[in-house]
Amino acid sequence: MSDTNEYRNEEGGGAIHPTSGLAREAEEATGINAMSCYQCGKCSAGCPLFGITDLIPHDLMRCIQLGLEDRVLRSRHIWLCVGCETCNTRCPNQIDIPRLMDYMRKRAMEKGVEAAEPGISAFHNSFLKTVKHNGRLSELGMMRDYKMKTGEYFKDFKLGMALFKRGKIKLFSRKAGRRDVRAIFERRGK
Amino acid sequence: MKLAYYPGCSGHGTGRELDESTRDLCDRLGIELQELDDWNCCGASSAHSIDEGLGVALAARNLAIADKTGLDVMTPCSACFARLAGARKHVLEHGAPEGVEDVTGQSKVFHVLDLFGNEEFVEHFHGKVQKPLAGLTLACYYGCLTNRPPEVTGKDNPENPREMETLLEAAGAETVDWPLKTVCCGGSLTLSRDEIVGQLCGNLFDMARQAGAQALVTGCPMCFMNLDRQWGAANEQGIEALPVLYFTELMLYAIDPSRGRSLFKHHLSDPTQLFSERGLP
Repeated sequence: MSDTNEYRNEEGGGAIHPTSGLAREAEEATGINAMSCYQCGKCSAGCPLFGITDLIPHDLMRCIQLGLEDRVLRSRHIWLCVGCETCNTRCPNQIDIPRLMDYMRKRAMEKGVEAAEPGISAFHNSFLKTVKHNGRLSELGMMRDYKMKTGEYFKDFKLGMALFKRGKIKLFSRKAGRRDVRAIFERRGK
Repeated sequence: MKLAYYPGCSGHGTGRELDESTRDLCDRLGIELQELDDWNCCGASSAHSIDEGLGVALAARNLAIADKTGLDVMTPCSACFARLAGARKHVLEHGAPEGVEDVTGQSKVFHVLDLFGNEEFVEHFHGKVQKPLAGLTLACYYGCLTNRPPEVTGKDNPENPREMETLLEAAGAETVDWPLKTVCCGGSLTLSRDEIVGQLCGNLFDMARQAGAQALVTGCPMCFMNLDRQWGAANEQGIEALPVLYFTELMLYAIDPSRGRSLFKHHLSDPTQLFSERGLP
């Protein structure tokens, strides 16, 4: 058994399931029961964004339980979370919090809620645009698109040049599997 | 031993030292790699952040290609490993995603550290060491995705992994015990929120130095990129940052110093002074 699992309830935290609201819809979409959080705070204690983000993980779980949808979808945290997987690795009730973040981010976009961290949202979109086009990530293409979206043309210019000189950024990236990849994007409506 | 190989997009760009040293080590240590034909981006880090189903399908297309080879697949990138292993778990539990109907999940997914960290392999590698890394004291930094979550990675000890320490000690280096070896560097916030990455990497440098390390060693191209970049920023702020190296570069160096050293020219941080001070060519 792993060193983090010994306190886990293998039943998944009891039989209380949400019957309405945000937590119910999240469970229907992801199979993750937000009501099984009993606010121990272990997730927040290990969160690398503690002291940086606006809603630490167990606060965010409480907001989901209480149906405070606006607070969740307008939070910076759903965008700042990079999915380091510390919270779910340590959660005694095995709640997959990073997958809930993925769901909340998607929900915010579907509801047209403006991202509280527009730069991070722009980064993801620039990344996926080059992958859809090339089948693989073009690091230069992604950076160029991101700079166009954010207007920060010169912010990382020095870094870009340093990486180029060291042979790490290629002017022409390799392409592969373009037809299949494009079909996968289109099937997902992206 | 023969494995299918997935270099990942960074393997052809910002993470080229990791890809080149992994291929070279496998060649010297009798592991045959067959690069997956026509592989695509696994979607890390953005696809699952925007649409979980897109992330699974992009990774699954590569698994379907691996299935056809009849080989297990190995990748040197932590993020690719997490996406491929996560997609395989999804396929085994819920079936093939839409649009990638031919994936079976029969090919297992390994990270390069799973392969090299194996006890028998460490001994095999130890026998090939020509130039022990004597005098180097290293902090091994694993980051997030080679170990977490254990349901995906299959790791027994996700809070305190030891594979890198074992390998580098077999190469003759000393390693330090330190508490931040699996704490996040800021990952994909590099471009969009570099001040957060700076703060998190600053903590890593600071703690590694306090533990007595002379360099940070990682196996993840994203961690490397963030730390290597922050090396310059930290130096400008008067914080004494440590050079950053891939564990595979150091293994290669121990077998063939001139080949190992040839990869350092791609780094932003400079380990050459550290090496020459310790009489390492």
